[in-house]
Amino acid sequence: MSLQFVVTRPRGPLGWWILIPFIGASIAVLWWSAVGTKLSVSDFISGLPWIADFLGRMLPPNFAFMEKLIKPAVETVQIALWGTLLGIVLALPVCFFAARNLSPYAWVFHGLRQVLNVMRGINEIILALIFVAAVGLGPFAGVLAIALHGAGMLGKFFAEAIEEIDEGPLDALRAAGAGTLQRIVFGVLPQVLPAWIGVVLYRFETNIRVSTVLGMVGAGGIGFELISSMKLFAYEDTAACVIVILVLVLAADLLSSKLRAMIR
Amino acid sequence: MIEIRGLAKSYGAHQALKGITLSIRPGEFVVVLGPSGAGKSTLLRCINRLATPTAGDIVVDGTPFRSSARDLRLLRRNVAMIFQQHNLVKRLSVLKNVLVGRMADLSPILSSLQLFPEADVKIARHCLEQVAMAHKADSRADALSGGEQQRVGIARALAQQPKFMLADEPVASLDPKTSRIVLSYLKKSCKESNIAVLCNLHQIDYALEFGERIVGLSAGEVVYDGPPSGVSGDVIRRIYPGLDDPNVLDAAQRLTERRRAAAESVIAAEAAEERA
Repeated sequence: MSLQFVVTRPRGPLGWWILIPFIGASIAVLWWSAVGTKLSVSDFISGLPWIADFLGRMLPPNFAFMEKLIKPAVETVQIALWGTLLGIVLALPVCFFAARNLSPYAWVFHGLRQVLNVMRGINEIILALIFVAAVGLGPFAGVLAIALHGAGMLGKFFAEAIEEIDEGPLDALRAAGAGTLQRIVFGVLPQVLPAWIGVVLYRFETNIRVSTVLGMVGAGGIGFELISSMKLFAYEDTAACVIVILVLVLAADLLSSKLRAMIR
Repeated sequence: MIEIRGLAKSYGAHQALKGITLSIRPGEFVVVLGPSGAGKSTLLRCINRLATPTAGDIVVDGTPFRSSARDLRLLRRNVAMIFQQHNLVKRLSVLKNVLVGRMADLSPILSSLQLFPEADVKIARHCLEQVAMAHKADSRADALSGGEQQRVGIARALAQQPKFMLADEPVASLDPKTSRIVLSYLKKSCKESNIAVLCNLHQIDYALEFGERIVGLSAGEVVYDGPPSGVSGDVIRRIYPGLDDPNVLDAAQRLTERRRAAAESVIAAEAAEERA
């Protein structure tokens, strides 16, 4: 079998030589970052026994400890539920004005998109630290952190779904003399609802994952047990925490993919 | 009676409509015939203000349109529209799509809660009967074929109980048999309710077959306005500049007579098929 190499030569007078500066720059940036992060193969190899030691101490997992984890695990799910719901409540009124095709003025659209970007740009853990300071230690701070970050993400995706709708039905509603509310309820919502539900389920799944670590900064959930067991060197308990977290995350994953498959 | 006076529309330097003046009598079926890009869609969209004309007036029953929100609602209440791509809301039921035609008269809050007055639901169902789609009232719109979707589009327009109906290339994406069925339903149902129709077409044969009056549009100007019988080869050449084929007209006219008779039987057969 004879092979032929089929590629399109880059346009422009330089041809393949155009790639040289890009390859050179990529190598330079990666090298610089490797030095900055002290990448070291030898350190990794010499550290392997320690990782094995750590894993060894985690075994066998302390299954008896799991009984104590039921309450924090439930709390984790509760944080994710209310965090998601409040995120939706915050995102809903904003998303119509943050969609290019529905927003009445360009500056409203651009302004709201920036607000959503800022909300999304701050990590939940940082938000949780702020809310712990504001409303005290406990799961409520976690709910608020997840709601605010989630609203930024949901608002953006809700708005993008609105931008992708077929505007023909909206024309038909306008031509029939329908008002703004009717155009949204009958023209926009039926078209965006499947995408919105998908985004919400994905957000819920993410929120479960996030709320398992919120406890590390005192914002409730199973993360608190995880971090305190490690501080007490009770690694068998840590292993139990990790298993419960894995079960939570996988269950959320499975549930949301099943539900997403149901909406068509 | 609807009067269009000196309607003009420009997009930048391009003049899409160069001062159109037309008046349409109640119940009249007028076909606007012209090539793609002649300004047919722009004309219709300027009449119901989906596009804002650069100049000119629309006068419905002696009342000129002023651009207030109230006038706009009134105008759109009286003037229904049918679109080339149907523009049904795909995920809603057929009945709800037809109820969209009633929206202008309904409470926004109640209708958003999916509560509709019985009388309006009755009108919607009657309009579905007029296009023989009553049996599909509960189907989702995207479960229908192209021709069926357009018949629902017609029912939605009928549900407005308008004085005037604009049909923008209603059969451009349908096959010939389906096209004829859809146009037949459009004409029949509008005759029943004495609704005047302004229907854009680019096919000469359908225009001659269904139009009671032909308005030839070319490059944004009316180049012919009269009965189908007056559409001579010369007129065709004015509407479609560069089309130099005498056979086109001959063929079109011979087909017209035959098809006018055939349409009646096709629609009867279709109705029988659906009953069975």
